[in-house]
Parts: sequence; C-alpha cells; structure tokens
Amino acid sequence: MAAVAPANSEDLPPKAPLAEGGQISDHRDGRDVVLRLRGIRTQFGDKVIHDNLDFDLFRGEIVGLVGGSGSGKSVLLRTIIGLIQARAGTVEMLGVDTGTLHGKAKRQMLARTGVQFQDGALFSSLTVTENIIVPIREHAGLEEQTMREIAALKVALVGLPGDAGDKKPSELSGGMRKRASLARALALDPELLFLDEPTAGLDPIGASHYDELVKGLSRNLGLTILMVTHDLDSLSAICDRIAVLLDKRVVVGTMAELLEYDHPWVREYFHGPRGRAARQEHK
Amino acid sequence: MAEAEPTIRYTERAGKSVVEVGGTWTVFSVRGIREKAEKALQAAGAGAKGQRTVDATGLEKVDTAGALEILELAGGGPEAEVKTRDEAQAALFKIVRENMCDAPPDRRVNWLAHWLEEIGRGTIDFYKQVIKLCAFFGEILVVVVEAILQPKRFRPSAVVRQMYEVWIRALVIVGVLCFLIGVVIAYQGVQQLKQFGAETFTVEAVGIGMFRELGPLLTAIIVAGRSGSAFTAQIGTMQVNQEVDAMRTIGLNPVEWLVLPRITALLISMPLLAFWGDMAGLLGGAVACTVYLDFTFVQFFDRLRDTVGPWHFYTGMIKAPVFGIVIAVIGCFEGLQVSGSAESVGQLTTKSVVESIFCVIVLDAIFSVIFLLAGV
Repeated sequence: MAAVAPANSEDLPPKAPLAEGGQISDHRDGRDVVLRLRGIRTQFGDKVIHDNLDFDLFRGEIVGLVGGSGSGKSVLLRTIIGLIQARAGTVEMLGVDTGTLHGKAKRQMLARTGVQFQDGALFSSLTVTENIIVPIREHAGLEEQTMREIAALKVALVGLPGDAGDKKPSELSGGMRKRASLARALALDPELLFLDEPTAGLDPIGASHYDELVKGLSRNLGLTILMVTHDLDSLSAICDRIAVLLDKRVVVGTMAELLEYDHPWVREYFHGPRGRAARQEHK
Repeated sequence: MAEAEPTIRYTERAGKSVVEVGGTWTVFSVRGIREKAEKALQAAGAGAKGQRTVDATGLEKVDTAGALEILELAGGGPEAEVKTRDEAQAALFKIVRENMCDAPPDRRVNWLAHWLEEIGRGTIDFYKQVIKLCAFFGEILVVVVEAILQPKRFRPSAVVRQMYEVWIRALVIVGVLCFLIGVVIAYQGVQQLKQFGAETFTVEAVGIGMFRELGPLLTAIIVAGRSGSAFTAQIGTMQVNQEVDAMRTIGLNPVEWLVLPRITALLISMPLLAFWGDMAGLLGGAVACTVYLDFTFVQFFDRLRDTVGPWHFYTGMIKAPVFGIVIAVIGCFEGLQVSGSAESVGQLTTKSVVESIFCVIVLDAIFSVIFLLAGV
C-alpha cells in the first residue's frame, strides 16, 4: 500500500478529490488536450519544487498560472518548454511526449509552439523585424521579401507602430519590447503559446490593452495560451481557467470554482482586497 | 508535418476575375508560391494586375502567412473580397487584412556615406569622451582636496581592501611574467652581443631595460587587464543595479566612495608592483646569465651595481604611480558610463582596458622625451 502513495502526499491531502489533470471539476467538453502533464517532479538538489503534478490544457483556451513566490511557476513553465528536465513524469505536447522527441521531430514541435519571455529576450543585435524573421528563416526558409512582409504583418498584429520594425530592442520601451517579443513568438503561427508575466511592469492602461490583444489573437488565430501572471485583472478579464500551484501540485478551475476552494493561500489570494477589486471591475 | 501543397487558379466568373485557392497555405508551405502564381496567371491568360475576388472555400489549412500571400495574390488591397469556408477562417482573413502593410524596404547605405558617417561619429565621440574625462578628472580633484582637508575621507579600510585585490593578488602573475621577460632579454642579449664579444653588456641590457621600461610598462599592462577591467565591471554592475543612484539619493558621493579608494589603492600599489616586477626581471636575467654566460650571481649583481646608475631605477618608479592613476581613473570612469543594460558593462570593460593600455603607452613615450630633455 505504502509503495503506491508518492512521498509527499501526506503533507497536505487535497480537500476534495480532483478530476483528471488537477481540475476541480471537468471542463474538457470533448476538446483536444494540447498539453498534458502527468506525474511531473522537479527538484534542485534536495529541494523538491513539484511533485506528482498533473495538468491539462485544452485547445483554444487561455489559462493563467498563479502561485506564491517560490512556488515554482517559472520552473514549471521552463519544464514545459523543455529548458529544465523533469526528474520524473511526462510532458505531452500536441499529443506527443516531448521527452521522446529528437532531431527533426523536435524542431517541428518547437515550430508549433511560441514563448514570450518576461523581458522580451529579443536578440539585442537584431532589429525587431530581423528578430521576427529568425524563426521563419530557420523553420520555413521563405524568400526574403515574403519574410519581411510577414514580419511587418506581425508587427502590426501586436499593435506596434510601423516604424518599430526597424528599431533595435534597446530603442523600445518595456511595453513595446513585450509586444515585439509576442510578435516573434507568433512568427510561425504556433498552436500553443506560452507567456511569462506578459503584463508585469506595464501601466494599467497598457496592461489592459495587452490583455485585449492576447484575447483577440487567441480568438482570431485559434491559439491556446498558458500565461504565468500575477495580474488579477488579467486573470478575471481574459483567462478561461486558472491554474494555482499549491503544495507542489496544480489545482485548476474557473474563477468561480477557485473562490469556493478551501485552501488558505487561495482564499487569501482571491478574497484579498486586490482580488475583490479585480472581480468587481470585470463583473 | 506532411504539408499538402497550396493550389491556386485564376478564372473568370460572371465577368469578374476570381482567384481560387485550396490546399494548405501555411508559413511552411508557401515557399516559392509567387512564381507558381505567376505561371498560373499566364496559363489562365488573365490580366496582370487588379483587384480580384478570392474564393477560399477550398482551403484546408491556413495561417496568417498563408492569408497574407493569398491577399497579395488577389491584388493586394484591403478591399479584396474573400469567400471563406467557415467563421474561423473569415476571422483570420479579417485580422490579416486589417493589419496588412507594405514591408519597409531593406535599408542599404552607400559604402562611402557609411564610411564618412563612421569617421564623423568616431571623431565626435572621441571629442566628447575627452571632455567628459576632463570633467571627471576635475570632479576627482575636488574630492581629493576635500579628502586632504579631512583625511578620514580617504576611507583607509576600503583602500586596504582594494590594495589586497590589486597588489597582493597580482604579485604572482607580475612576478612570473617579469621573471620570464628577464630570462628572454638576457638570452637574446647574450646571443646578439656575443657576435662582437660584448656579451657581458647583457647585464646592462637586462638592468636598464627592466628598470626604465619593461618593469613599469609590463606591470601597468597586467594591472590594466586585471584591475582596470575589474573596476569597470564592479562599478558598471552597481550602475546596472541602480546602486550608484541609490548612493546619490542617500547623499553619498560615488566619486568619494567608489572612485577615490580605488585610485588611492592603485597609486600606492603600482610602484610596489613595479618594484617587485623589476626584482623578478633581474632575477630572471641573473639566472639566464648563469646558464648562458657562466656568470655567478655575485658577478652579475656586482656588474649591475657598477654600471647601472640609480636614475634608471628612479625613472621607472616615477612612471609607475602615474600609470596607476591613469588606469584607475579610466577604469572607474568607464564603469560610471555604464547605462542600463548588462551588455554595456561588457562593452565598456573592453573599452576601459584598451583605453588604459593606450594611455599608458602614450604616457610612456612622453616620459621618455621628458627624461631625455632632463638628461637622466
């Protein structure tokens, strides 16, 4: 019997049994599972960050990933996109176990996903247009003029002014860098997009414009988005579901479900003054 | 991904030009589509340009790049009418059409214009750099005068810590390199001077060479490489973290807190290191002479005492502290020039090393002229 239970499950047993993929109740509705994590365990030295973590992401939805400082949001994101190797468990992306991918198959998988890093991570020696062209040249290799036109389209799509394409990242403001980075992430029209704190450091007006942009892109281009965020406004405004990192695992639910969820951190997070204010606004 | 080919056909329907597209139009499949379209256009014999209606009902898969190409082929223009199979594709075409714009042309600059621009920019930058450096030097002098009036402000503990870094920790590398250079000079000296039987003059070659030039110069180059660069990197990193700004808001003068201890430390350490380098070089020369010349150590140092006057040593010792000040000032100055990004720390560190070595060698030349005129 003891062998079945994972080592840390005694710490804090979930209040109610969760549905598949850490959900409070099932929201799949027959959609494709674009990303499936099962039994993920990550650790640095002796410190276990995630243990036996399950999580599902369904096609076409926007999910916000939240958690306290040090709960491993970024680590989870880096594990999913393959920058960190999990000690145990599987990451299944678009129906393929990413652990088994090598060479060409891996490159094709990378072409179907996009990542926007927190501070943009644009290549500083290239202009915005050239930054957007990098993944296109690498994976599709189109004619130069076509690639420039596609890049100009992406620049416009993310709401940057036309002359931003010729600028170097260092000449852009923080908010514009985030948009440029999103344009690069969208270069190959990925099916799955990961955003790391997309609205951190933006002013409230800029942040809400960014939220609308992400929501519009998701709807019009059929994107599935997982975003790490601390912005309660984003969570209530654009996220279909919210994934909370609690006790080394993920609990996923809609805002309404999480408001009912009985856990001290969740209660403090969503019922605190900021959480209340954000909900009021988006009612 | 197995990609179905994109298909394209130009036809007429009820007197209107129509483009029928089908198959897969994604960023991975549209390679070379424009040539293909050109051929299709010729095959259909349709008019070259002009607005066309797009029939996209046969599309299997399309993304923004594909939609962009289709709209381009339909004669560009945001007014092109598109018939789509379903809502999702209609939404995609709509968003692409709204955001279509001409790609700005690739900027190509005439090489001569580029060259002239670079020269002009370089000249102006150099001019600005000199002005700024003079201003910085003035700022340091003000702080130095204040510190002389209140000696506590030299902050001895910080100076001692810096001296540990720039002096004690440099002893091994300076010693080893100067020793080797001493050996090399002696060896070459013996080889060349032997040809006219003057090999005993090797002792003068080593002594004067090390004391006057190589001791202080080699030490200065090593110090510029390891301490000047460290100054720039340390202060630059603090600049990136806004630590320097924080100091200013607290009312601490960064020149007094960061720059003065480093300059003082290097001012004291450089002559000490140069002396150490001189000694290591002489030792190297002596060792080489015992091997190639059958000299004993006593003979070597006797001859050195008799032939190499004290002024050869003093000239080197006069130069060393000046080199130290120059290296420290440039290192700290470039550190304070760092702005914002981590990238500029790297750039300015390189610049600081190049500039300090350049200045050291120029100063060395000036010193030579001065000593020549002074007759020492």
